[in-house]
Amino acid sequence: MATFYETGPGYPVTESIRVDRVSPTARRIHAVRAFVVLVFAIITLIPVFVMGITAFKSRADVVSVPPKIIFKPTLEGFVFLFTERAVVSKVRLPEFQKKAEAGELSLFERIALNTGQEITGPSDYVDRLKNSLIIAGISTILSVGLGLFAAYAFSRFPIGGKDDLLFFILSTRMLPPVVVTIPLFLMYRQLGLHDSHLGMILLYTVFNLSLSVWLLKGFIDEIPIEYEEAALVDGYTRFQAFYKIVLPQAVTGIAATTVFCLIFAWNEYAFALMLTSDDARTAPPSIATMLGRGGIEWSAIAAGSLGFLIPVVIVTFALRNYLLRGVTFGAIRR
Amino acid sequence: MSHVELSNIVKRFPGVTALKGISFDVRDGEFFVLLGPTGAGKTTTLRIIAGLTKQDEGTIRFDGESVDALTPAERDTAFVFQQYSLYPTMTVFDNLAFPLRAPSRRLPEDEIRKRVEVTAEKLRISHLLDRKTAHLSGGEMQRVSIGRAIVREPRIFLMDEPLSNLDAKLREALRVELQHLQKVEGSTTLFVTHDQIEALTMADRIAVLDLGRIRQIGTPEDIYDRPADTFVAQLVGTPRINLFPARRENNHLYIEGSELHLPAPTLDLPERFTLGIRPEDITPSPDGAFAGTLQITEPLGVETILHIRSGERTLQSLIPGMTDLRIGDTVRFDLVQDRLHCFDLDGKRIN
Repeated sequence: MATFYETGPGYPVTESIRVDRVSPTARRIHAVRAFVVLVFAIITLIPVFVMGITAFKSRADVVSVPPKIIFKPTLEGFVFLFTERAVVSKVRLPEFQKKAEAGELSLFERIALNTGQEITGPSDYVDRLKNSLIIAGISTILSVGLGLFAAYAFSRFPIGGKDDLLFFILSTRMLPPVVVTIPLFLMYRQLGLHDSHLGMILLYTVFNLSLSVWLLKGFIDEIPIEYEEAALVDGYTRFQAFYKIVLPQAVTGIAATTVFCLIFAWNEYAFALMLTSDDARTAPPSIATMLGRGGIEWSAIAAGSLGFLIPVVIVTFALRNYLLRGVTFGAIRR
Repeated sequence: MSHVELSNIVKRFPGVTALKGISFDVRDGEFFVLLGPTGAGKTTTLRIIAGLTKQDEGTIRFDGESVDALTPAERDTAFVFQQYSLYPTMTVFDNLAFPLRAPSRRLPEDEIRKRVEVTAEKLRISHLLDRKTAHLSGGEMQRVSIGRAIVREPRIFLMDEPLSNLDAKLREALRVELQHLQKVEGSTTLFVTHDQIEALTMADRIAVLDLGRIRQIGTPEDIYDRPADTFVAQLVGTPRINLFPARRENNHLYIEGSELHLPAPTLDLPERFTLGIRPEDITPSPDGAFAGTLQITEPLGVETILHIRSGERTLQSLIPGMTDLRIGDTVRFDLVQDRLHCFDLDGKRIN
């Protein structure tokens, strides 16, 4: 049998020559761009910064004019956030001070005593945060998961009335959601979904589904169908091809969609206020209700908001590589 | 490897009938080329054989058994796509191993490794196995993509213009390799192309496809020397065949709009017809029977194309090597009489 070396050309031709070079102008533009982004980032972060320092200010420092940048930090805001307190009567004050001197009081109790209050119990902030995590987390997983399958079907299969269906899905976003709160409230009460985790999860899932179907459809459309067809011919079933080929390539889109859905469900205020009261109440309405008790506790609100930010920041941070890859998606040669 | 047979395949898309009753068969171990211009239905035919598209009518048989109800995975074909379609999230090794790892095959991992290495050796991509596919050059990508097809033993190779995205040099090199590979392995291959040179050089047999119909099936010699109609005649051969309206009068053929005429061959010709002359059958010689003015020369090194004006007609002549004829010169030439092609006014060949 003749080998290739006896019949073919002498050496393999595998390379074509390409030149990749960055011009000085492009580099300068890059520097300018970086500077503009930096300035923009600073401006954007100012409110977060103010919130951060407010959380550590005492009552007096919070309201001082002009606002103080340098101040003595205190955990007052966090004590107010995590506890229920009562004013200590003058009669019992010496008793407390004696306890404090004996070192029988915890850090939080001592801080509360400094403002003339005693701690009567934990606040419901942690429970609210937990509710937020459960509801936002599960509804995000559901809406992205269901959205992914729906988007794949819309993108790949000839579905009768596809365009109309897509329009209907989007149309759920075409009126301000608050408009339907009253009917929803009545329906939820009838169905026993009022103030339940299930009710809120369903609500947010349905709400996010339209967004996730549309976003993910765009991302899946970008993935050439030849990849799956190659896998089908290579001996895989449709679902295996989806799992092995489409999913790894759709990771960018899934990450972006997850972040968007999570942020919506996490921040949603109006429905949470109307449809929950205690068991399933999420963090946003509960932070706002801190306004109500004996004056505005700015430092507690700031501390609560800070704690509220953390989960979303963690998730976004964890997914940031995928999100960045999404920006450069178009640069990949296919 | 299998004998693949298509009978009467019809495929309609909304607003257009892509295939209007296609029948041909690819024999075991044959290199069969489907040649046709864009939109002829070549890719659709391939996809129907692979099971990626369903035909509306007709049957496909592998070794005599209908595969119409089978999924692409069950048909066990190998498809090489025009756009490579390598899985971008995987390394070259994983790409090659992908068909072997399919749940329907379940080969042991060391067997997979062995087969992938043998395949990589054949295509000389062993040094690339650990690379991600996104960083390969076009030629390397198409090698991997061919490798993914030959790593297993499919019943038939389906290749959809695998060389058309490569630059000219690469295309030539890979064409030779592909041909060599097919001959050595004796694999049944159905190769789709719009490039007549690829078709003529590689094929055992060619089917010429146009607008969803097969124009002619035959060996490269059949297609080139005995084109079934003017479409096929014009599709193969560069420079193109010379086609002129002609008439028969008193045992002489006259080319309309020119003083060229020659004794009629012993054919039963109608009064009016189309005369086809391959450029290489127009041979300049100092004492040639015909004369014309040289309009343009296109020297290609190995050969030169002469454009010779005669009356209102321009004939293209292909001569070996270079020429010292000048533009404007009067050229005398002969026609190779027994290689003339005659077509009726509908374009059908007259024998």
